[in-house]
Amino acid sequence: MTGVVETRDLMLRFGGVVAVNNVSFTLGERELRCLIGPNGAGKSSFFKCLTGQHLPGRVSGRVLIRGQDVADLRAHRIVRLGVGIKTQVPSLMNGLTVEENIWLAARRTHGFAGGAAATQELIAELELGPIARQTAGELAHGWRQMVEIGVVLVQRPWLILLDEPAAGMTGDEVERLVGLIRRINQTAAVIVVDHDMAFVRMLSSMVTVFHQGAILVEGAANRVLDDARVREVYLGNRTT
Amino acid sequence: MSAWRSTGRVHWGWFFTAAAVLLLLPLVVDTHGPTVLLIWALFALSLGLMWGYAGLLSFGHSAYFGLGAYAYAIAAVNVGESTLPLLLAVLVPALLAAVLGAMMFYGRISDVYMSVITLVVTLILFKFMSATAGDAYRIGDARLGGFNGIPGFPTLNLPGSPEISLFGTPTYYVCAVALLACYLLCRWVLARSFGRVLVGIRENEERCALMGYDVAAYKTAIFTLSAAMAGLAGCLFANWAEIVTPSVFSLRQAAEVIIWVIVGGLGTLVGPVIGAIVLGMVKLLLGEQTTFDNALILGLLLIVVVLAIPRGVVPALQRAWRWQRQRSRHAAANPRRRLGGAAEMRR
Repeated sequence: MTGVVETRDLMLRFGGVVAVNNVSFTLGERELRCLIGPNGAGKSSFFKCLTGQHLPGRVSGRVLIRGQDVADLRAHRIVRLGVGIKTQVPSLMNGLTVEENIWLAARRTHGFAGGAAATQELIAELELGPIARQTAGELAHGWRQMVEIGVVLVQRPWLILLDEPAAGMTGDEVERLVGLIRRINQTAAVIVVDHDMAFVRMLSSMVTVFHQGAILVEGAANRVLDDARVREVYLGNRTT
Repeated sequence: MSAWRSTGRVHWGWFFTAAAVLLLLPLVVDTHGPTVLLIWALFALSLGLMWGYAGLLSFGHSAYFGLGAYAYAIAAVNVGESTLPLLLAVLVPALLAAVLGAMMFYGRISDVYMSVITLVVTLILFKFMSATAGDAYRIGDARLGGFNGIPGFPTLNLPGSPEISLFGTPTYYVCAVALLACYLLCRWVLARSFGRVLVGIRENEERCALMGYDVAAYKTAIFTLSAAMAGLAGCLFANWAEIVTPSVFSLRQAAEVIIWVIVGGLGTLVGPVIGAIVLGMVKLLLGEQTTFDNALILGLLLIVVVLAIPRGVVPALQRAWRWQRQRSRHAAANPRRRLGGAAEMRR
């Protein structure tokens, strides 16, 4: 199968520690995939291999995005291929307003003037109007998550990588986020990294489970989340 | 308040007032002191642009100041007039900064490591230039002169007319025009997308890269522009002093410009200019006495300013001005409450 994202024999080492161990992974066109696993399973390290956030030389194997090997590319060049990236900890320009944060992202893809129109459109779409003039540093965590997702979406990427997008959100915000991810998945392939099982169930997508840097099991959400091996790596020997 | 709301805005009223003061100043005072203050202001402006808006602190910014001075002096001795040497004084530091910046930023070196590398470059240049005594160290007709430096080179002349040299007040006006032009250039740069991305990089470098911006290219570009401005300041300093010595690369020079920027106000363009002019005046005044050590007084001043107004003089004045305006607006909008308050006070 040829996918929009493929990794072949991907390894990531930190000295003697192997964070990503021989991972071969494929994501199809407009597919929604969740990467799950307990803390330290290697899912965020794998995510960073896709986004060019590791120093060259630490990564071996191949990372192909629409057939182009990006293993040695810097993050900005991967983004320019049409990839949108949301990091684990909300990463915004704290001294700039929400509007300015989104404009800065929009400006690169839509130009100086077009960026303003795209920004207003996205602010309306994500209902960020009440906080548009606030500086990002003043926002609560849930809002920061939503603004960072806005910064990603305004670039109109065809591949979206979201690392723990629901962390710190309230129940209502998570429900809204699930709807948003489903909506953007109609035009873009999406990878979501998370360890919140309830959130993953709500997305009801294909799931890849990481354990000790390698893929443990892949499949439909309900089947995978009920898998005994998955329960064991998450919960130890408990089965409830 | 947003970090980039006023980055590109020129307050034309203040600008023309400053220009008028600079124009008329030679009518009331001797221009020798004010000329070097304007040169130091330009030097501080160059660091303030890079540090205040892109977050790049160079501990060795005097390397470009000194290179500009030496490039001018060496070229002027060889060419015999000032037009080409002036261009070289801007281009040589800019070229070094472009190469050094590309190596550092594409090599993922930033923060304190970048500051240390720039400091080391300055120290190397200082040591090298101090060790160039003797006839063997010459470039064309220009002897580098070791610790004694290069004296007696042709100073600025009217472009295309080497016989018409500029001394005294004309040199002062050249420095004033250079400072005002560089200030407008900085404002223009910051008003463009380029300037806004720079502020974004200062705020969050990782996010800027994840928006698709080539952060290393932006940093290299502003590093180069800043070095070119410092080189121009160095060239003007050479013309003011009429001698260039290795002291232009000294640690003292490198430290002073940082102090000027901090005291004036980081994150503004006017702040470094005011900081350089005020502390430069203090330095010139202290230079005439022997009771107190000059460096000690400047150091104490820095400590006092950092403790009392950590963001610098100009941002503190701006905040006070905004607060006063808000208070006036609020009072105008609620006259009854104000009267009531006055009546309350009378009671």
